[in-house]
Amino acid sequence: MERIPILQMGKLLLITVQIDMHDHTALVLQDDLLAKIAQTGARGVLIDISALDMVDSYIGRMIANISVMSGLLNARTVLVGMRPSVAITLVELGLSLPGVKTALNVQRGMELLAGAEKDEDEADAGAQE
Amino acid sequence: MPSTLPEIIRTKHQQLHTQWLSELSRGLGADGRISQAELAEQTAEFLRVLAQASEDGGWDRIDGPALEPVRHFLSEVSRSRAVQGYLPTEIATFVFSLKKPLFELLRQSLERQDPQKLAEEIWRATALIDNLAMHTFNAYQQTRESIITRQQAELLELSTPVVKLWEGILALPMIGTLDSARAQTVMESLLQRIVETGSQIAIIDITGVPTVDTLVAQHLLKTISAIRLMGADCIISGIRPQIAQTIVHLGITLEGVTTRATLADALALALRRSGLTITNNRSGA
Amino acid sequence: MPALRSESFALPLKHHAAPPAARSEAMPPPIRSDSVPLRTEHDVVIARQLIRKIAQEIGFKLVDQTKLVTATSELARNTVTYGGGGVLKWEHIVQAAKEGLRLTFCDQGPGIADIEQAMKEGFTTGKGLGMGLPGARRLVNDFAIESRPGAGTRVTITRWKLP
Repeated sequence: MERIPILQMGKLLLITVQIDMHDHTALVLQDDLLAKIAQTGARGVLIDISALDMVDSYIGRMIANISVMSGLLNARTVLVGMRPSVAITLVELGLSLPGVKTALNVQRGMELLAGAEKDEDEADAGAQE
Repeated sequence: MPSTLPEIIRTKHQQLHTQWLSELSRGLGADGRISQAELAEQTAEFLRVLAQASEDGGWDRIDGPALEPVRHFLSEVSRSRAVQGYLPTEIATFVFSLKKPLFELLRQSLERQDPQKLAEEIWRATALIDNLAMHTFNAYQQTRESIITRQQAELLELSTPVVKLWEGILALPMIGTLDSARAQTVMESLLQRIVETGSQIAIIDITGVPTVDTLVAQHLLKTISAIRLMGADCIISGIRPQIAQTIVHLGITLEGVTTRATLADALALALRRSGLTITNNRSGA
Repeated sequence: MPALRSESFALPLKHHAAPPAARSEAMPPPIRSDSVPLRTEHDVVIARQLIRKIAQEIGFKLVDQTKLVTATSELARNTVTYGGGGVLKWEHIVQAAKEGLRLTFCDQGPGIADIEQAMKEGFTTGKGLGMGLPGARRLVNDFAIESRPGAGTRVTITRWKLP
């Protein structure tokens, strides 16, 4: 059975989608990811779709779900590497993925997460004074 | 003694070819654009295909499948002539000039035995040749149109270049009217360049776009959405006062879209967002 | 905007035979077509990959390929999930003026009671986030849907290749 691996890098979880996923694989990924966030206390999730030549409404929903559910577990999600043809098709399809942060590549995605985390920590520290 | 059009084409092949070629040489081959050898080859091939088709029968319907290979061959010849710049009449002449030798052979075969049949077969021949000549003309037209379309596409490429203003900042100066096809091509090339250069900010400048209607606005909005999905940002610049008014009148919402009046303003914003500042090192009066 | 039609049209599912070898080289290319089953979610994946391959062979540019594959994914999933399984037929259409790929998604399932409603944005049957029909329609040039409760559903989409 195909299963998408989740790589842990410190407080960051990296998911690289490299296969044409079956619907149930997407569901399993969501479950695995949430379990992993809870288990590791991860603060950031990076979903790399640079290998995908197609994203349909099902995968789009999966991404939006992951973003919301991770947020509930205090982890931020960033989607990276969307190809131009996929972006154009998603826009035409009417999927705007609201609430999902995006970045051009893994590098930028990590910077985005690090920056956001820093802002949050400063805000928390400020609130405590 | 062959007595019908298909039979003559099959059996008097050689004679037909020689006479047709001499008719053509007086016209088409005369200015040297096409060599005698090439003409001889094309006419021979055409007659071969025609003979083959006549063997397969079914010539009762000129539009029918039996003559499809013949039409296909003529399309190819027509296409290559069109690309070479021949006039459509010259291409039709290729087919029309087959009439004289064909009628001559029919006359020889049928004049004495069966004048009635001769009239019928000449009518058949003329109907066939006319049909094939018209088909040739159509194929020519289509080729010319596809050449024009290709040239338009190339022009499109040239008139919407994506420019790198600075590290991580791209600009797309749009010039002229935006039709649907152009908008698509433009969107795609901008997105592609963003990925290739890893640019964080894209500035779309519409100073050179005379009118902004709902369709143009829709294309712009789609482009912006796509850029955001990919993880970059977009600024629209060149919003002239008239355009700002048009946008409001049309009820188009550019909510969440960053806009600036000039490309210079947009660049200043892009530099700020990129964490860059420009200092003037020449101080003093 | 393509209109919604509900007239029925019989689409024979047959292979078009290859031309006999004896023909001269002047023969135009034959029309290709074939059908694949859509019964499981695995079939949906297979269908996507098949349409990607065919669209590439026909010479569609990348964005148009992606639109076709995405539409296939949406509609094939509908066939499996809501239609109880069915068939996808693809046809490579070659006409005088244009060339394209036509896909027909057919099932003998419960059918759609209110097509107009289904074609509106945000429609959901309650099983999830709806059938994605309006979205799929935007990805193609021609879109036709025929469905009646108890009589199954047939969705036909076509994308034409630009010269």
